[in-house]
Amino acid sequence: METRVIKSSEITETVKRLFMDCNYFIGDDIMNALKNARDKEDNDTAKSVLSQIIENDEIASNEQIPMCQDTGMAVLFVEYGDKVCIDGDFESAVEEGVRRAYDEGYLRKSVVFDPVFDRINTKDNTPAIIHTKIVSGDKIKITAGGKGFGSENMSAVKMVTPSYGAEGVKDFILETVKNAGPNPCPPIVVGVGIGGTFERSAQLAKKATFRSIDTENPDPRYAEMEKELLEKINKMGFGPAGLGGKTTALGVNIEVSPTHIAGMPVAVNICCHAARHKTAVI
Amino acid sequence: MKRITLPLTDEQISTLKAGDSVLLSGTMITGRDAAHKRLFELIQNGEKLPVDIKDETIYYVGPAPAKPGYAVGPAGPTSSYRMDKYAPALLDMGLKGMVGKGRRSDEVIDAIVRNHAVYFCAIGGAAALIAKSIKKTEPICYEDLGTESVRRYYVEDFPCIVAIDCEGNNIYMSASDISAPI
Repeated sequence: METRVIKSSEITETVKRLFMDCNYFIGDDIMNALKNARDKEDNDTAKSVLSQIIENDEIASNEQIPMCQDTGMAVLFVEYGDKVCIDGDFESAVEEGVRRAYDEGYLRKSVVFDPVFDRINTKDNTPAIIHTKIVSGDKIKITAGGKGFGSENMSAVKMVTPSYGAEGVKDFILETVKNAGPNPCPPIVVGVGIGGTFERSAQLAKKATFRSIDTENPDPRYAEMEKELLEKINKMGFGPAGLGGKTTALGVNIEVSPTHIAGMPVAVNICCHAARHKTAVI
Repeated sequence: MKRITLPLTDEQISTLKAGDSVLLSGTMITGRDAAHKRLFELIQNGEKLPVDIKDETIYYVGPAPAKPGYAVGPAGPTSSYRMDKYAPALLDMGLKGMVGKGRRSDEVIDAIVRNHAVYFCAIGGAAALIAKSIKKTEPICYEDLGTESVRRYYVEDFPCIVAIDCEGNNIYMSASDISAPI
């Protein structure tokens, strides 16, 4: 395969469009799940909250304004073809796309330079969190999403050990959702990463929140676990906006990775109902 | 649906019960993490606040920028628990109402009861919809904080629910209300 040259300006434009689009247009998977949930709820408050969320997402899409004021920290999963050559610097091109999306798209700038001491806003929502994987090929695939921190703050990682088995994994996931309760803007999407190392499990959990909720894990054992967890979470009763009801979560997505003989890391990344992600291939 | 005019009065607060759906009209102030930290430090040092919070209702919000032609950008509530460290001091200074989302600490609930105040929740993530009820905004202080600055909001029929009333009744379930993994 021959080397393919991609202009850095094309990467910038693509990233800009992905961040604007994901903040204005909720995915069909989420919209369909919200509508199904509204029809299934028999409590008036839960029905009313879901109707308002649906109306909110329709306003955002019709008026091309963000569905939530927390337009998130910019997170990207990139599959970078090894035959791609860019006329510039890849990360700079991505950061410029983020900068333009948040500036020209009327998105909120929510990033601070120093996490502990100054906490001064960077004013352009950079730097982004970029996860890059080199793959074979001559294309670049980018999945981008704005991650709000109301739900990010409710996330957790635990180094479960092998003897705890599937039950130990499920207990920790349910415990994390239970502790989050009404805070992360339910109905939520629960992203779970199991295996790898400490940091790989967290990365997989984030990746899981970027997967459509109308898909399932290809391994039937994990697909079954996703289904079982969703049912148990929805029996907790927190409901839409935490005001009670049958819909605490819209989906549970699990991603797994090989791990060490001594370990079974489990990460739970909680995402609000504004589960925003869009994908493009250059 | 109860219609409430801001600023809140003690009589109005007495009629509000946890779980009531209400529409707020009038004026409120905004403030979230960074502004609360500054206000709290001033109170601790016995200094004058740059905003009079007596009888005010504060909305925990950091809006997105307004598109041309809009009074405000999308402006939904942020999680209230992050303000829990600071809220009792503000309530003791005369703050009457808070609007946010999610659980509050026992210390905040005690301060609500002690000061005959109220905590409302708005729907998290319904920012574009909620913004329709905000008609005008103007700066008050801390403009260097950008989205976290303190502003005055003029609202009409701002939709929310009484989450904790002046008697301390609370609509949110705590983790301990849920029996251990179902």
